[in-house]
Amino acid sequence: MPPSPATAPEAPDFGLAGLRLGAAAAAPVALGVAVYGLAYGMLAGQAGMTLAEAGCMSALVFAGASQFVALDMWVQPLPVAALALTALVVNLRHVLMGAALGPHLAGAGPLRAYGSMFFLVDEGFALAAAYHARGGRGTSFLLGTGLVLHVAWLGPTLAGHAAGALVPDPARYGLDFAFTAAFLALLAGLWRGRGDAAVWLAAAGAAVAGQHLLPGKWYILAGGLAGGLVGLARPARRAAREDHAR
Amino acid sequence: MPVSAQALAAILAMAAVTYATRAAGLFLVGRLRMGPRAEAFLSAIPGAVVVSLVAPAVLTQGPAEALAGLAALGTALATRSLPLAMAAGVGAVWALRLLL
Repeated sequence: MPPSPATAPEAPDFGLAGLRLGAAAAAPVALGVAVYGLAYGMLAGQAGMTLAEAGCMSALVFAGASQFVALDMWVQPLPVAALALTALVVNLRHVLMGAALGPHLAGAGPLRAYGSMFFLVDEGFALAAAYHARGGRGTSFLLGTGLVLHVAWLGPTLAGHAAGALVPDPARYGLDFAFTAAFLALLAGLWRGRGDAAVWLAAAGAAVAGQHLLPGKWYILAGGLAGGLVGLARPARRAAREDHAR
Repeated sequence: MPVSAQALAAILAMAAVTYATRAAGLFLVGRLRMGPRAEAFLSAIPGAVVVSLVAPAVLTQGPAEALAGLAALGTALATRSLPLAMAAGVGAVWALRLLL
């Protein structure tokens, strides 16, 4: 859970304080990311990727779900266009996350904001969303989470590739549940009041239905959009009053 | 050769479209004039997306995952600690999968 915003900068600030807060908040989640980085490195080796290829992939793409999906398609000759299209579809959910975080990063200036976005992943998004929901103004928070999570993804990718088949299945120790538990904990900080009940129910319903009906990670986009639309349908007068109060 | 030309092309293509998805939301929000309705939509997104990240894992996997989800959420509410909530969730799901 992000630390109390009381210790954070009071005005939008792209400074070390926010960076440190983000990095510290991401540390426990980074352990879970590292376990999956190990598994990814091992599977990448089995799929025929060299150590350097797996490392470049984790360093430059830095999006776990799309990287795991790409392993299934990693057969020579490589289907480059299909790999890119699949990555696009799997990662479309980032558009929604970037739009939601955008206003909080506005004070950082375009270069820093677009640079920070390179490091946007599900876990960092959830951490940053909870941080900003609690009033945090540090525009470098997201970058702080991203730098820690990037190291926690790239390092273990290389180690897992080198270790080969020695890496155990994360699910055997319940570690597949680490992210779910982290997201649930962050949800506790995102609750804004009774008006959120309908938003969250719609999101949960659309996500569960989407997981059955849609391929890949589309269910996250479906749930996010459904929740956003219900939020939009809030009685306009009440929404305006709440916006005014902010 | 450590990185084949073809692998490099695939990795760079994937990296480019993935960064585009990360930048697109920021770009769109910066361009659009934000009325109260757009703001209501956007302000509902963080909670909705995080709910969507967990809902299938907690609600459709079975009793072990559902109960472990409650354990993680309860620990988070009681302790306000992310590491403890993660430990409670992982420990509970590991034990419940063995028992149930």
